Amino acid sequence: MALDKEGIAKRIAKELQDGFYVNLGIGIPTLVANYVPEGISVEFQSENGVLGMGPFPYEGEEDADLINAGKQTITVKDGASFFDSATSFAMIRGRHVQLTVLGAMEVSENGDIANWKIPGLMVKGMGGAMDLVASAENIIVAMTHTNKKGESKLLPECKLPLTGVGCVKRIVTDLAVLDIAPEGGFVLRELAPGVTVDEVKEKTAGKLIIPDEVEEVRV
Amino acid sequence: MNKSVAGPKEALKGITSGMTLMLGGFGLCGIPEACIKALSESNVTDLTCISNNAGVDDFGLGLLLKKKQIRKMISSYVGENKEFERQMLSGELEVELIPQGTLAERCRATGAGIPAFFTPAGYGTEVAEGKEVREFGGKMYVMERAFEADFAIVKAWKGDTEGNLIYKATARNFNPMMAAAGKITAAEVEELVPAGELDPNAIHTPGIFVQRIFQGENYEKRIEQRTVRPRA
Repeated sequence: MALDKEGIAKRIAKELQDGFYVNLGIGIPTLVANYVPEGISVEFQSENGVLGMGPFPYEGEEDADLINAGKQTITVKDGASFFDSATSFAMIRGRHVQLTVLGAMEVSENGDIANWKIPGLMVKGMGGAMDLVASAENIIVAMTHTNKKGESKLLPECKLPLTGVGCVKRIVTDLAVLDIAPEGGFVLRELAPGVTVDEVKEKTAGKLIIPDEVEEVRV
Repeated sequence: MNKSVAGPKEALKGITSGMTLMLGGFGLCGIPEACIKALSESNVTDLTCISNNAGVDDFGLGLLLKKKQIRKMISSYVGENKEFERQMLSGELEVELIPQGTLAERCRATGAGIPAFFTPAGYGTEVAEGKEVREFGGKMYVMERAFEADFAIVKAWKGDTEGNLIYKATARNFNPMMAAAGKITAAEVEELVPAGELDPNAIHTPGIFVQRIFQGENYEKRIEQRTVRPRA
């Protein structure tokens, strides 16, 4: 069975390590915060100016002055801090944030990512995504393997305007976990339960590298 | 130096059609509500607005968009505003979309007397088209320039008559860099106090950056995405 959104988030949560500062993008990445493994301590940064985000507030306790980058009302944990946008991106570009998780419309086999614009149709803007992908050491993409039309989102080259070049390290989709090979190509690392290598092959338009051992995703 | 003025009209005095304005805020959080409302009730038009977002259809900068007072927007994300998207796709509105960190740093550079800087953001994308790129330590960077802004309009939580400002939580966002970047900076605050009542240790924006300050009224502080969790 392919992973649902929660399953993708649970799998990505396993990448969290003790002491990490993490930036989560909007959508599936936000869910990762719900599955921090027990016994480790991580802090979530939101680029609008907060470090140490906590859960959503209880009803009636929402504060219009306290939101995340998705404009959702949030709370903060003990030890949190607030700062301006320039300081926030100093944290990001200065590589003080260890892991970035974000969504994508397309990823290419050399690690390019497109997620901000469909010319003539959808122009929402890049927000902080271009700064994040150009700066983070470790970028994980959370997305469905195919788009709504059933077309592969893992391509030889991105067709949409790029957000960043050669930056993605790992992709977690509903079907599989794949790494970008240094010489280019999607290396199949793990398969979602019940998903076959053939299905991933069929739905991956870019070069797929299949090692001898491919594990099953455990969440 | 007493910089307090009566209200938004006095704070915005001198803004004329065709000017470039910086407006603080992230989404609807920390936007100068009172000044935007006053602008929407004025006849100024042909404005260039530098602001991370463009409000929503009926609040924030959306009010100016609806009245076609804005000629050009410089923003990083405009996803919440349908009228914005319509005006942009139809070509009525000129739009420069730039990465959020680049926007913040360009504002910071403006106030800090730095004409340009290099950032990795946008290298290899259409954002870098026509710009100087340079390699430092094996990595490619794009040169980005400071802005020129006739007015900066910011919102703070507390302020004093000297123009010192304190922001609350994530309503800080772009406000401090923009406050420093305006040729004239107008600040609206929820609470204006006499000089001496704010702790100098707690000031986020020193008064030197602010020329006019007033206490706004009836802040709506609209929430875009009200998200809550059930009580256990």
